Amino acid sequence: MAEVELCGIVKDYGAVRVVHGVDLTIEDGTFCVFVGPSGCGKSTLLRMIAGLEEISGGDLMIGGARVNDQRAAERGLAMVFQTYALYPHMSVRQNLAFGLENIRMHKAEIAARVTEAARMLQLEPYLDRRPRALSGGQRQRVAIGRAVVREPKVFLFDEPLSNLDAELRVSMRGEIAGLHRRIGNTMIYVTHDQVEAMTMADKIVVLRDGRIEQAGAPIELYNRPVNTFVAGFIGSPRMNFMPCTVTGRDETGITLQDAQGRVLQAAVDGRTVAVGEEVELGIRPEHLHPDPEGYPVTVENVEQLGGESYLYVRTETGVALTAHLTGQTTLTCGSNAHLAIRPDFAHVFRKDTTALPRLRLGELENGTQP
Amino acid sequence: MLRFLTQRRGRDRLDMTDWIAFGFLGLGVFLMLGPVLWLVLSSFKTEAALQEYPPKLLPLAPQFVEVEGFETALQRFQVVSGEHAGRELAQVRRIGLNAQMIDPANAGERLNVHINDREPVRAVQVETENYTGLFTRFSFLRYFWNSTFITVVATVLTVLFNSMAAFALAKYRFTGRTTVFLLIIATLMIPPTVTLVPLFLVVSQMGLINSPWAVIWPAIATPTGVFLLRQYMLTIPDDLLDAARMDNASEWRVYWKIVLPLSAPALAVLIIFSVMWRWNEFLWPLIVLNRSEAFTLQLALNSFQGELQTAWSSLLAMTVLTLLPITLVFAFLQKFITQGIAQSGVK
Repeated sequence: MAEVELCGIVKDYGAVRVVHGVDLTIEDGTFCVFVGPSGCGKSTLLRMIAGLEEISGGDLMIGGARVNDQRAAERGLAMVFQTYALYPHMSVRQNLAFGLENIRMHKAEIAARVTEAARMLQLEPYLDRRPRALSGGQRQRVAIGRAVVREPKVFLFDEPLSNLDAELRVSMRGEIAGLHRRIGNTMIYVTHDQVEAMTMADKIVVLRDGRIEQAGAPIELYNRPVNTFVAGFIGSPRMNFMPCTVTGRDETGITLQDAQGRVLQAAVDGRTVAVGEEVELGIRPEHLHPDPEGYPVTVENVEQLGGESYLYVRTETGVALTAHLTGQTTLTCGSNAHLAIRPDFAHVFRKDTTALPRLRLGELENGTQP
Repeated sequence: MLRFLTQRRGRDRLDMTDWIAFGFLGLGVFLMLGPVLWLVLSSFKTEAALQEYPPKLLPLAPQFVEVEGFETALQRFQVVSGEHAGRELAQVRRIGLNAQMIDPANAGERLNVHINDREPVRAVQVETENYTGLFTRFSFLRYFWNSTFITVVATVLTVLFNSMAAFALAKYRFTGRTTVFLLIIATLMIPPTVTLVPLFLVVSQMGLINSPWAVIWPAIATPTGVFLLRQYMLTIPDDLLDAARMDNASEWRVYWKIVLPLSAPALAVLIIFSVMWRWNEFLWPLIVLNRSEAFTLQLALNSFQGELQTAWSSLLAMTVLTLLPITLVFAFLQKFITQGIAQSGVK
């Protein structure tokens, strides 16, 4: 159990800086997810915390003590690897016990811990099997078990679910979240899958090019993304963006006009923009809804999933939009439709990609769509 | 096994490809196994049978008979044609193209037989004395022990040192890693004969002449072994090593408990190589071992072959015994080569 604190963490590979001064505090017991596109430095950051990569600059504190110079083993962390990294020549039991044997723990204590972990992760029938005789999900559980038996201060997960099929991924997601609820340790989890991040995290850290773009609770990131990158990254399908010009502002929001001269309202704080300024309007697909008074679009593709439908449409100015509708739709490819957005669902971003603060959150009104 | 060996492409009859395949395989078996089979059969021949020309495949020995009035036993012949066709006679002496023969039952009468009219009587005679003599007349066990000691100790040390070097070269990043590796590989280009004299000087300065260590020490660092193991260790995922480090394993334990067991297939190959090299090594032991009690089997074999006379029967018998251990090692280890390559906990 420990708080993890990163102060100005930097990583250089030769002359190339891949992590640029990351400051972050992960409170004790938090499930923290690092998310970002590939190459954003999230795995490097995790490996630096683990002690598998040298820290080029800054301080890493675990439980209040600076651990920069400690070896991986001394930091009291456990890591679950993307490839599971189970020792192929050892049985499941030996895999679980290896870390404990290395610290010369008593045989009886090792056996007790292995049994306990195996019970918790339902691995008892497989204890004497080799990893290659296990399925993907079972291997994953062994990898988690190997971390659990060590009773670490902090658990580190490096994209642990990316090798599993979709169905198994959902159930393992639940198991890892359940594990966190049961043992309550600090966990740091790296993924590129924003669904995993949204469903499991207490705190999401969005990274890009070795910098933190935004850190906060999942819903906070969804509701108030600080820039277009976070807005585009969190939420699925991606947020729609449409270039607009500011034509007016008052205390309830701003008025925008698109290239066709159509007028839109957005409930955002307009104090930092000037009339006539070019901005980017952001609309989540789930916040677009058919409305005869709305924006005219041409439907290019329809995906009907039964309970929900996705519309891929194009506006008259050629901007591609995605709309997510609940229920089924009678719209077909090539037909014309009208879509509308409520002002309190609109996001507005300046040219430098930063967001204008939203004044009202439409999502909070019972969480329902209009 | 039989089913496997007789499987063919044609359903009911032999296909053309079957003829070619079986023909080619048969030729291969004959070329590979023929000499060995001949060696083994010959090793059971008597010295007389070995001297015979043209040679026979089976250990058939000419038969002799004691005849009254003659000091030595006389060789028996079957007369196949001519005046005395059908009789079995013993040869007293040969004069030109004729042989003077007698009937053992009627020793008084001398008969003249043309040498083409007679054929020697032969019987299968397994001469186990060739083998037992190795233990009684020669100190075979001494040579065997010398060879075994050198082979086993050198192989263990080779595997240990080469795998440690390979581990460092494969899994640690340090400046000059490539240079070191290339230097090791480059030594493959130096013919061993070039280093023979300097090596001898070093070994003799160290006072190792006539000691098995004179053969062992220069042999244990093999570039081939380092190269082989390094290439194999590159395929072991770094994640496994990182996982072990997270599991509190020291670098030595990472090497000993993770890397070494996972390199088993490559180690098996190196063990086979090393055993073959050390067991069959001849030139270097010939130079540094010159007292007969320090001889390896190969040197002992060589010593059977004198300038004027060669003890063929002993030579052949010892050759067979020399072949046996290496055959067993190969038969036992070859399954490890293929096994375990697919062994991987990483998806």
